[in-house]
Amino acid sequence: MVKQKLIVIGNGMVGHHFLEQLAGRPEKALFDVTVFCAEPRPAYDRVHLSEYFAGRSADDLALGKVEQYREWGFELLLNDTAVSIDRENKTVTSASGVSKSYDRLLLATGSYPFVPPIPGHEHEKCFVYRTLEDLDAIRNASQGASIGVVVGGGLLGLEAANALKELGLEAHVVEFAPGLMSVQLDEGGSELLKNKIEDLGVTVHTSTATELIEEVDGRLRMQFKGERELITDLIVFSAGIRPEDKLAKSAGLQLGERGGIAIDESCRTSDENIFAIGECALYNNFIYGLVAPGYTMARTALAQLCGETSEVFTGADMSTKLKLLGVQVGSIGDAHGRAEGAAAITFVDEQSGIYKRMITDGEGKKLLGAVLVGDTGDYDQLLQYHLNDIELPEHPEQLILPAADGAAPALGAGALPATATICSCHNVSKGQIVDAVQGGCCSLAEVKDSTKASTGCGGCAALLKNVVDEELAALGVEVNNNICPHFAFTRQELFHIVQVEQIKTFPELLEKHGSGRGCELCKPAAASIFASLWNEHIHKKPHVGLQDTNDTFMANMQKNGTYSVVPRVAGGEITPDKLIVLGQVAKKYNLYTKITGGQRIDLFGARLEQLPEIWRELIDAGFETGHAYGKSLRTVKSCVGSTWCRFGVQDSVGMALEVENRYKGLRSPHKIKMAVSGCTRECAEAQSKDVGVIATENGWNLFVCGNGGMRPRHADLFATDLDDETLIKYIDRILMFYVRTADKLQRTSVWLENLEGGLDYLREVIIDDKLGICEELEAQMANIVGTYQCEWKTAIEDPEMLKRFRQFVNTDQADEKIVFVEERGQPRPAREEEIVKVAEPA
Amino acid sequence: MTQVAITHPQWQPICKRSDLVADSGVCALVGDPSLGNNRSIALFFLPDCEPELYALDNWDPFSKAGVIARGLVAEVDGQLTVASPLYKQHFRLSDGVCLEDESVKLNSYQVAFDGDTVCIAVDL
Ligand code: SRM
Ligand SMILES: Cc1cc2nc3c(=O)[nH]c(=O)nc-3n(C[C@H](O)[C@H](O)[C@H](O)COP(=O)(O)OP(=O)(O)OC[C@H]3O[C@@H](n4cnc5c(N)ncnc54)[C@H](O)[C@@H]3O)c2cc1C
Ligand code: SF4
Ligand code: FES
Repeated sequence: MVKQKLIVIGNGMVGHHFLEQLAGRPEKALFDVTVFCAEPRPAYDRVHLSEYFAGRSADDLALGKVEQYREWGFELLLNDTAVSIDRENKTVTSASGVSKSYDRLLLATGSYPFVPPIPGHEHEKCFVYRTLEDLDAIRNASQGASIGVVVGGGLLGLEAANALKELGLEAHVVEFAPGLMSVQLDEGGSELLKNKIEDLGVTVHTSTATELIEEVDGRLRMQFKGERELITDLIVFSAGIRPEDKLAKSAGLQLGERGGIAIDESCRTSDENIFAIGECALYNNFIYGLVAPGYTMARTALAQLCGETSEVFTGADMSTKLKLLGVQVGSIGDAHGRAEGAAAITFVDEQSGIYKRMITDGEGKKLLGAVLVGDTGDYDQLLQYHLNDIELPEHPEQLILPAADGAAPALGAGALPATATICSCHNVSKGQIVDAVQGGCCSLAEVKDSTKASTGCGGCAALLKNVVDEELAALGVEVNNNICPHFAFTRQELFHIVQVEQIKTFPELLEKHGSGRGCELCKPAAASIFASLWNEHIHKKPHVGLQDTNDTFMANMQKNGTYSVVPRVAGGEITPDKLIVLGQVAKKYNLYTKITGGQRIDLFGARLEQLPEIWRELIDAGFETGHAYGKSLRTVKSCVGSTWCRFGVQDSVGMALEVENRYKGLRSPHKIKMAVSGCTRECAEAQSKDVGVIATENGWNLFVCGNGGMRPRHADLFATDLDDETLIKYIDRILMFYVRTADKLQRTSVWLENLEGGLDYLREVIIDDKLGICEELEAQMANIVGTYQCEWKTAIEDPEMLKRFRQFVNTDQADEKIVFVEERGQPRPAREEEIVKVAEPA
Repeated sequence: MTQVAITHPQWQPICKRSDLVADSGVCALVGDPSLGNNRSIALFFLPDCEPELYALDNWDPFSKAGVIARGLVAEVDGQLTVASPLYKQHFRLSDGVCLEDESVKLNSYQVAFDGDTVCIAVDL
């Protein structure tokens, strides 16, 4: 059999999707595939491009892998742009001189950013925002820069502005039109969005036309129409996209009036052997600048190639939901109400910055479109009404009014027809998801894996979860979040049980609500819950056996079985006398000494039996335990602040001390780290902490749920310009709410990401007291603060507790297996081969 | 201690009941370092189990450190185990077999109370 030669030009998201689908079909055997890819790497997730700045690597974003293409047997030519198509001889020639013939040709060349021809736009500090290389260039330029401007206030422009902000720049958005996101939002919506974004510190200039860009003293000056100007260090153009149709044009394919490769329902161009899909294609005089319609075109083109001629593309939905700079925005269908006879219902809550607008048909029966700003909680439901033509309830306004004004008839996943599209990126219907669950997929992850739903833009995640949960429940499958085999409860449920029934010991908990004898999962979790609620000494008899070794011995075990000793150095502030004591103790016990990443000093290599003596000396000198071993507050990092620093606007050390001393000893689901910076330069790196506080002229900005470590997460701005008292009140509430509701070993970052309703919900609970629990949370925290004890101080005064710190219960000898050698003037554990030498005297 | 070579397991007192910690482990030394036949033993006391005492080698072959006595007692699929404090492998209390890798086994020893004294049968 002679195979058909298929050439694909462009390996972006849509081209890749096409090839991935082809690889999964038996017809793959019918084609010899060659792919021209202009970029240096195979397709990656452009939709999540901005996450590159938030720590995801090029590898994390990769969609296609070179090995994968090899496995599929597709020839992938990286870094090679196709430069001409000879339709007569059916060949494609590339920049590197490769020439290939084809039977069928697929164009998936995407689009390129439009740069308005403003004089000066080619300056080296002017960028676009489309590829990983663009982002690298922006990042480089941001080093040492302080201001960045985005030209263009559309969806992508705002995303770029957010990126500039995250790079630490003062961000501006310059928009020619009178409103932001004018494609998606109506006037009211864009006005509100503008206010919200300005509140977050991004300056928005609407109705502003740039006339000139020039370099002045090493910076860029933007001259606007009407005498205004702006000085900046770099500019990112995000003024729209243009279809990449040069190649098609030179090959004589039919284009649209304003560009775009014209295609018909079968995704064919004016040449029946050539297809075009994705952002380069023009259907019905429309370019679809989103990934989901591109994927639909890819499936259509593929079906057509495989002879399924009934499979056609007839347009796609352009609804979008996104979160820009922390502001939620959603747009569904005909957001501007352009259809004839359309009627609008608008809800505005200026105080909370919420704007919602529904467009219905003249009879108020069908939802034509909607705009949501500030709160997209209703998005999924409205989208389903729109996409599936579901008849609206009698009082459709209830769908967007706050619940208190009349119970909105919730459209559960159950109300959706089987044909309802749940995931538009991968065209997965509710029916397919139900089939997957019935076919044995028992978890969200398995359903995602098997149907690919929710693996594209991710916009359908919440709805998918609803459908899966509902289906699992219908099958009688319990969704299992249990803490371990001994307790059929989540950590949160267990917390409630312990609190309500006032349970104080593990045997009691096990007897009443568990089975078996417990394990290394439930025991420490229970111990942590008891400590959060009742705050008894972790060595109190019934709790001893529940702790992980580090908690048991109140020190961190090192690789050779010795321990590290980390006294608290609150806020990183330490007197010379105390420093001297640390040095003396380290010298006396021959401990390796190191400054930690948390602004304190770690003494390593203490033997079990030495711990109490060492701690006695430290406590006598005024130190207390640093809880380096516990799932509890670790450090509150500080910068020197207004006391010394010429820029400081508040006493950050003072605040760090107050905070550290308040929360030290609090047991929590995972460790908690905090920091306080004295001004916006942020030397204490507060935005990478669970709780971050940054001084302002008027008080403190509070950031929450940041994380360093394995998966860094930038903290979210929770509230601004707080006075001392409110700051502490909010932190009290947030921490206690976290302690109550988080899963075991869940940092605040992951907790927030899993919290339904996210940051907005957290604000409602903490600031507006939506659940009416704030008083209780504060009282609970007050109890913990009031019952604080230095665990080591208590331990060294209690002979029973001290008994545990014996290497051997039957002799005072030391463990001869612990061997140290010297390196750089300090001891370190001997390696295996070094121990052999020691053990074999010559 | 006698210097006679002992060729069969011999019961010997090792510590007191009050040295043990309920539902947890402690470490004891048997043998004589000067003779080079010493051994660290991890003793676990689970008051309401049958048997209530367990003895395993204290040496953790995975981490190469003497730390087993400081592990957490955990029930896994109905079996009583201790989880190594360093890399968390589970060793069955009854026979020392590692659940994650059955080719690895800690020595286990017979151990019992004689009144308030804990006695262990060890072949040194
Ligand atoms: C000592 C120290 C390294 C140093 O020499 O500087 C350290 C040492 C350990 N870290 Fe760390 N971390 C230390 C600062 C950090 C920091 C920096 C910071 O706090 O500013 C981070 C990133 C910030 C963060 O947590 O968000 C950090 C992120 C981690 C993580 C990853 C956490 C995550 O959410 O991804 C782990 C693993 C874990 O907790 O599961 C970890 C775990 C550990 C453990 C406990 C690993 C272990 O189980 O043995 C190390 C033992 C500590 C000991 O023996 O005393 N350590 N660790 C630092 C102690 C700071 C202190 O004064 O208490
Ligand atoms: C920052 C950002 C955020 C976005 N967010 C969203 C979102 O939230 N939701 C959403 O739906 N969409 C979003 N988009 C749009 C989405 O990324 C695009 O719709 C999608 O990538 C289009 O896929 P494509 O394959 O058609 O084009 P592309 O992904 O642009 O791929 C085209 C590829 O073809 C290559 N190429 C062009 N000409 C040639 C040639 N002659 N020879 C060889 N190769 C060639 C190009 O180099 C490129 O690699 C976002 C885009 C960006 C930049
Ligand atoms: S980074 Fe790894 S090796 Fe270094 S201290 Fe943290 S946990 Fe230990
Ligand atoms: S709709 Fe984009 S992933 Fe499902």
